[in-house]
Amino acid sequence: MSEFEAPVPLPTARKAGCPFDPPEELARLRGERPISPMAYPDGHVGWLVTSHALVRAVLADPRFSHRADLTHAPIGGTRVGPARPAPPGIFTSMDPPEHTRYRHLLTGQFTVRRMRRLTGRIQEITAEHLDAMERQGPTADLMEAFALPIPGLVICELLGVPTTERARFQSDMSKLMSLEVSTEEKIAAFGALQAFMLDLVLAKRAEPTDDLLGGLATAADLTDEELANIGGVLMGAGFETTANMLALGAYALMSHPGQLAALRADADLADQAVEELLRYLSVIPGTVRAALEDVELGGRIVKAGQSVTVSIPAANHDPEHFADPGTLDLHRPTAGHVAFGHGIHQCLGQQLARVEMRVALPALFDRFPALRLAVPPEEVPLRTDMMIYGVHRLPVTWDKE
Amino acid sequence: MRIDVDRGRCCGAGMCALTAPEVFDQSEDDGLVVVLDAAPAPEHEAAVRRAATLCPSGAITL
Repeated sequence: MSEFEAPVPLPTARKAGCPFDPPEELARLRGERPISPMAYPDGHVGWLVTSHALVRAVLADPRFSHRADLTHAPIGGTRVGPARPAPPGIFTSMDPPEHTRYRHLLTGQFTVRRMRRLTGRIQEITAEHLDAMERQGPTADLMEAFALPIPGLVICELLGVPTTERARFQSDMSKLMSLEVSTEEKIAAFGALQAFMLDLVLAKRAEPTDDLLGGLATAADLTDEELANIGGVLMGAGFETTANMLALGAYALMSHPGQLAALRADADLADQAVEELLRYLSVIPGTVRAALEDVELGGRIVKAGQSVTVSIPAANHDPEHFADPGTLDLHRPTAGHVAFGHGIHQCLGQQLARVEMRVALPALFDRFPALRLAVPPEEVPLRTDMMIYGVHRLPVTWDKE
Repeated sequence: MRIDVDRGRCCGAGMCALTAPEVFDQSEDDGLVVVLDAAPAPEHEAAVRRAATLCPSGAITL
């Protein structure tokens, strides 16, 4: 290993014509040096980790902190202002014991069993959107007609956010998640979201409702600010992630007709298909930790204070863990994929995301068996400018019966 | 095989209940791990090992 290796920025460029493949540079780095010096947009020199084994090791190690005031942002344009401790309630950017306190207030609401109980309601919401698509078709933007509203309405109902506010919330949220929106616009969008959530919390304090936020407002010992911020975190996490998996997942299935046929022929394959799509598409580019002390990792020394970015697509396409990782294979073993992360911050809403995908994707292709792109593939606008990968729009068409 | 779980470490992600539902569950109150069968039958051992490996917070020891 050379001592003169130049730090590289987090690779984000994807090969033209390969919308589902991770940035090519990641595979080269993983093969040559799975822990590499990384140049952060703010000038910090830290590390980038690209092998499955090391990604899991970092995420499971309490010597690596997720505190917002210690980590450097791996992608430019994602952080507004200087690094600060996370505001009360933003538990995703905290370490134990603060993180544990908040997380344990919420874990009972997102269990496997509780999320599966939502299956019937998610089927209804999905059917309503497929009906609307069918009425307005035979073309649609699948993002607008299907992928965004379904998880958006589900999270609104679960939390107790008026569903009439979904579109407004979605617009503010996508400004925050964009890498190209100005800082001023982001601050304005963030302020609007905060004000909205705070008003909602105050309303629920005054008149408790039978939903997640209503329950927390009466049962848990949380300040208004904590509760509003928790609501914001859960709404944000519930919106963009699943929406992008649904749209990109549908696009991937349309592009792999053999795999789609296998899924359509065997309803029992749905769970497995969801896991493989999560692995194969890996829409979250990565997450970042900061070393609390010097840590030896993969033969290198990460100095206290240095940031370590773990690449989710690189780990999920590591041939040491997944044979022939670049192939979408709904029958393959997927155990150990890190699409939801690993360690104590592993996605709280993952069981909800699983149920949403398992319901919505098969229902889409049951309704429109001949669903296909309405434009040439090169005209599908890819979210290379966003923190979560996917498509901005997915124009589709089908045969009218 | 004997299963030990540390509810203090558990982060309630549900990987164990998803992977080995005959042996692990989540509490209705707090979503944390509940062991249904601390000495599982041999046919469940492979799933239990997988659940322990997949547990994100290292809360399951065998």
